[in-house]
Amino acid sequence: MINDHEKRKEIDETSGVETTGHEWDGLKELNNPAPRWWLIVWLVTIVWAVGYWIVYPAWPTLTGHTKGIMGWTQYDKLKREEAQITQRQSVWLTKFRASDFDQIKADPGLYEFARAGGEVVFKENCAACHGSGGEGRKGYPNLNDDDWLFGGTVEDIYHTIKVGSRSSHPDTHQTLMPAFGRGGMLTAEQVDDVATYLVNMRAGTGNDAFTRGQAVFEQNCVSCHGAGGAGNRQMGAPRLNDSIWLYGGDKASIVQTITNGRAGVMPTWEGRLSDDSRRQVAIYVHSLGEGE
Amino acid sequence: MPDIAQSPPVLAPPTETRAKPRFDETILKYFTIASVFWAIAGMAVGVLIAFQMAFPQLNVEPYLTFGRLRPLHTSAVIFAFGGNILMATSYHVVQRTCRARLYSDFLSWFTFWGYQAFILMAGLGYVFGVTQGKEYAEPEWYADLWLTIVWVAYLVNFMGTLARRQEKHIYVANWFYLAFIVTVAILHLVNNVTVPFEIGSVHSYSAWAGVQSALIQWWYGHNAVGFFLTAGFLGIMYYYIPKQANRPVYSYRLSIIHFWALIFIYIWAGPHHLLYTSLPDWAQTLGMTFSIILWMPSWGGMINGMMTLSGAWHKLRDDPVLQFMIIALSFYGMATFEGPLMSIRAVNSLSHYTDWTIGHVHAGALGWVAFISFGAIYYLVPHLWKKAGMYSTKLISVHLWIGTIGIVLYITSMWVAGIMQGLMWRAYDEMGFLTYSFVETVQAMHPYYIIRAVGGVLFLLGVLIMTFNIWKTIKTPDAAENEALPASPAPLPEHA
Repeated sequence: MINDHEKRKEIDETSGVETTGHEWDGLKELNNPAPRWWLIVWLVTIVWAVGYWIVYPAWPTLTGHTKGIMGWTQYDKLKREEAQITQRQSVWLTKFRASDFDQIKADPGLYEFARAGGEVVFKENCAACHGSGGEGRKGYPNLNDDDWLFGGTVEDIYHTIKVGSRSSHPDTHQTLMPAFGRGGMLTAEQVDDVATYLVNMRAGTGNDAFTRGQAVFEQNCVSCHGAGGAGNRQMGAPRLNDSIWLYGGDKASIVQTITNGRAGVMPTWEGRLSDDSRRQVAIYVHSLGEGE
Repeated sequence: MPDIAQSPPVLAPPTETRAKPRFDETILKYFTIASVFWAIAGMAVGVLIAFQMAFPQLNVEPYLTFGRLRPLHTSAVIFAFGGNILMATSYHVVQRTCRARLYSDFLSWFTFWGYQAFILMAGLGYVFGVTQGKEYAEPEWYADLWLTIVWVAYLVNFMGTLARRQEKHIYVANWFYLAFIVTVAILHLVNNVTVPFEIGSVHSYSAWAGVQSALIQWWYGHNAVGFFLTAGFLGIMYYYIPKQANRPVYSYRLSIIHFWALIFIYIWAGPHHLLYTSLPDWAQTLGMTFSIILWMPSWGGMINGMMTLSGAWHKLRDDPVLQFMIIALSFYGMATFEGPLMSIRAVNSLSHYTDWTIGHVHAGALGWVAFISFGAIYYLVPHLWKKAGMYSTKLISVHLWIGTIGIVLYITSMWVAGIMQGLMWRAYDEMGFLTYSFVETVQAMHPYYIIRAVGGVLFLLGVLIMTFNIWKTIKTPDAAENEALPASPAPLPEHA
């Protein structure tokens, strides 16, 4: 017996190919075979895959998985590639570890190596706060200038990177700018006067508010910020008689700082960066503004 | 073999349905309009986040940040735009090719409103920070449960219609639709097994952890691409291309082989998203090799669609709707070649985590998924609203070209950006230090991000032109109040 659709098979006029005899909503199908090139390419991909399974780890088994004839693993590949890179570094690294900062500075090749390594470390770890060129921003010191809260020699910088400021490190720099206004140590008028004094300090002259502010400053601020606002690195107290301001030097910002205090944090990088990296980044940061 | 005369429809419509039209076309109108609406919404968010990548100042805390809008974009274009057009076309195709009205009017309307409710639930969740954090599976447990109910209703309605068909055989487009509906249900159920934090909490813990969770997630994620965005849209292709070209499908045998090959092989390919991770080497290898084997089965659909035009290539010259469909197939072919290529370990070590991946996805999403959908929409609108044709054929052409230029800008900029990113990340200098810091690679992307955003603007503009054209078409006086439609599409008259 012939199927019904057998009876309805017809030859498509355009292509001369027979249809399958099915029809849905006017749609028919030609009885073309799948293209030969398509089948061949497919077969090639299957053969290739089987070859790949033989060479590489591929199929799970009851006790583990097939290892492949090369014994390849991604972890070995990683080790090989890391070794290649460390190989390039090791040319310099032995000498770098055996040299102190002065010796490194004296050896142009070694210094360039240290600076290059430090730059990578800086851009991956420090740039988020200090800016990709170390230019800093409000609350985050500029590292290109000559103003250093905790000292600007390469040893000082290395130490600051190691211990951080107000960090979890036991030897961290501890600084404290109290909230004079909010804490009730100074009245709002006194805060305003001190701000007036600081804004006009470098000009040296001023009105009554300036004079009042100077008196308040001498009673409350010099113990940390030094006479005439010269700053104190032991306390991490910024110098105030220059034009560099960590939290803004306009009067409103200064009022804000004195009223509410400041407590910026720099994390400790010991444990997060290797000693090699910390020494390299200290050399790099020192090189930015020629340090001290 | 039973004779066709012996296999009448089992569920022959009883007398009460006699009063209803033979096909439910009202529901198709709703789904079509919803898909256009969500296309505009989803693509507008896409354009916004593309600009956020180029200009981070455009992030508005906390609701309109990139992190919250990105899933809103992906869900809106894939599940809202794509989902609605899949439902519109599958309900259309299954009725036409089975010569049967949809199984249940209630289920049809339930799937429509239920699905829109799911989209709103999911989208509002993202903006308010409620997410599972799984790519393409971000909706939390309550939305997942609701979707499960809606999806089962969809499956029942679709299969019920197939069961009452008045044709002996099931048309190829319906195989693809059914594979899409069934597999998406399985993927959804397995990847979203979670336990809420506590009673009343919108957040939940995943049942899966660690590398198993990653593997299940990418088994889900890749097959969302494979079954939602490939199998489902191949269903569209298999009906609307032969219809628009008025030609028989090129090869029945090819359609059978590539259908079964596609659904069996796709399901293995997920691990290629996890190359060089803690996923065991052997699982990575399987994911990669099956991706390569998948290349030809994927191309089977392209070949069958393109070759359907053999003998009718001249129609391509002046029918922009057919042009949409054929360009869609070309991008489909390109993306399904690029995918296996990128799954090769050596290529992936360069391409992974870069914008190349984003470009690849959009070659498929804009070029294939959206373009084949536009083709189907341009076919459906005059058909459903009983018009002689679209309001303006010229505007369809404008949409085609503006959209194509948008795609080309998008994918070429992302190729350049992605390959550059990959090369910059792996560059070491002769002293053994990284040549570029991460932030420098981000800076280098800036011009390409702008080009990409411009490409997105053009693509969205095209959709707005389509929307205008649809609006004007619906507003034109009816061509005929006759319910019966010609088997072949009406020619497209030139109005503009």
